[in-house]
Amino acid sequence: MIFPSSSDAHENNVQANAAAPVVAFRDVSIGFGAKAVLEEINFTLAPGETRILLGPAGVGKSVLLKLVDGLLRPDEGTIDLFGEEITRLPEQALFALRARTGMVFQEGALFDSLTIRDNVAFQLIQEKVGDEEIDARVREALRFVDLEKTFSLFPSSLSGGMRRRVAIARAFIHQPELILYDSPTGGLDPVTSTQIIELIVKARDARHTPSILVTHRLQDAFTLSTHRYDDEQQRMVPLPEGETDPDTTYMMLHEGRLIFSGSLRELLHSDDAFVREFLK
Amino acid sequence: MAFSNPEQTAKRIVLTVQDYSQFAWNAFLNLFRPPVYWTDFLLQADIIGVGSLPIVVLAGVSTGGVLALQSAATMANFGVTSVTGQFVALTIIRELGPVLTGIMVAGRNASSMASELGSMVVTEQIDAMRALGVDPTRKLVTPRIFASIFVVMFLTIMADAAGIFGGAGVTVFMNHHNGMQYFSMAYEHLGYPDIVQGLVKPLFFGYILSSIGCFYGLRTTGGTEGVGRSTIQAVVVSSVLIIFVDFMLTQLLLSLFPHAL
Repeated sequence: MIFPSSSDAHENNVQANAAAPVVAFRDVSIGFGAKAVLEEINFTLAPGETRILLGPAGVGKSVLLKLVDGLLRPDEGTIDLFGEEITRLPEQALFALRARTGMVFQEGALFDSLTIRDNVAFQLIQEKVGDEEIDARVREALRFVDLEKTFSLFPSSLSGGMRRRVAIARAFIHQPELILYDSPTGGLDPVTSTQIIELIVKARDARHTPSILVTHRLQDAFTLSTHRYDDEQQRMVPLPEGETDPDTTYMMLHEGRLIFSGSLRELLHSDDAFVREFLK
Repeated sequence: MAFSNPEQTAKRIVLTVQDYSQFAWNAFLNLFRPPVYWTDFLLQADIIGVGSLPIVVLAGVSTGGVLALQSAATMANFGVTSVTGQFVALTIIRELGPVLTGIMVAGRNASSMASELGSMVVTEQIDAMRALGVDPTRKLVTPRIFASIFVVMFLTIMADAAGIFGGAGVTVFMNHHNGMQYFSMAYEHLGYPDIVQGLVKPLFFGYILSSIGCFYGLRTTGGTEGVGRSTIQAVVVSSVLIIFVDFMLTQLLLSLFPHAL
C-alpha cells in the first residue's frame, strides 16, 4: 500500500522522532565561478518535519535542495543524508541514497518521450518490478493526485498543473523516506496552486514523511501550517483558530545566508528587517 | 568572444579536453559493466542505423559516381580506363566510405544526441533521472555509443556497396565502358588489409560522433540558446575529430599493413 492511514503513519513517525536528523547541513557553502551562492548554511531536518524554505527568486533555494539530494556538491562544509555523509560519496554510491528520496522539480521534469505510466513507474521499471504490479501502483499513485485518466498519455498533452501533479505521483510511488519539493506551485494559477498544496498537505498528513519545500509564495507556505488534511471529508480543512501544524517549520535565505529558522509564530514575530520586508 | 582572453580560452580548451577524456573513458568502461540497457540500445540502433541509411546510401552512390566521372578523363590520358573499378573500390572502401558515413551520421545523429540530451539538461530531466537513482550516463550515453559503434560499421558497408555501384553506373552508362571489367578489377585488387582498414575506422568514428554528441549535450547550459550552441559544437567537433582521427588511423593501419600501400 503506497499511502497508509494517517494514524499508522503518525505512530511510526513518533517512534522515528527520537532518531537522528534525516538531513543535516554543517557550514555548507557553494559558489559558481566567482559568485558565492550559499554561505555557511547550517540546519537539520528531523524525522516527520516539514521545512519550508522561503526567499526571493535567485537566492539559491533550488541549489540548496539539490545539495540535499547530492545533485550538487558543496565547496565547503558537510551534508548528512539519512545519517550518512554524502559530501564525498562517489556518484554511484549516491544513487542508492537518492532512490530513498522523492524530488518534485520546478517544472515537473517529466520525461517527454515516456508515457505518464512509464514516467511515474520509472524507478520501478529500473528495478524490474513486474508489469502487473507496476500498473497497480501507478494507478494508485495517479489516483492520489486525481489523474488516473492520464495513464496512457504523454506529458506534452498535459497542462502545467497536471504535470506537477504527475511529478508528485512519481516522487511518491517509491514510498520515499524524504520528499523535496522545488517550487511546486511556481507559475501556476491560484486554483491549481491550491490543488497542489492540498496534495502536499495530504501527503504530509497521510505519511508524515519528512520534507523540504521551496517556495517564494507566502500564501502557500502559510497554508501548509494552518491546514490539515481531513480523511473523512477528503479535502484540506483549516486548523482551529490560532493552531498551527507543529511539525511544519520555516527557513529563509537572503544573499546566500540562512537568516531565519523557526516556527510560523517566530517567523511572524521576527525582528530581522529583511524577514519583515519579505512578509509585507 | 572566444578569443577575447587568450589565457581563459586556453584554460577552457584544456578543461574541456580533460572533461571529455574522463567522460569518454567512463562511457567506454560502461560498455562492459552492467546494467546494460538493451532496449535502449535497440531503439538507438534503429534511430541511428535505419534512420541514417537513406542519406548514407545516397552519399555513397553520388561519391562513387563522382569518382568514376572525375577519374575517367585522367585515366583515358594514360590509357588505363580499365582500372576505374579498382580505383573507385579502393578509394571508397579504404577512405571515403568510412569518412563520409562518419561525417553524415555525425551531422544527423551527433546533433540529435546533443540537442536531445541538452534539452533534457535544461528541463531538469537529467537531474530528475539522477534523483530517481538512475545513472544518466549508463541509461542515455552508453546505449547511444554502443549503438553508434555497431551501426556505423554496417552503414559504412552499405555506403561502400552503394559507392561501388554508383561508380559502376557512371562507368557503364555515362563513360560507356565495360561493366564486367569494372567489377572484376574492383574485386581482384581488393585485399583483406583494405577491408580491415575500411571496417576498423567506422568503429572509431561511431565512438567519436556519439561520445562527442552526448558530451556536449550533457554539459549544456543557458537554456534553449545553450541547446543550439551544444548542437553546433557537437557537429563541428565530431566532424573535425573524425577527419583528424582518420588521418592518424590511416597512418597506423598502413604501418601495420604495408602491402596495402
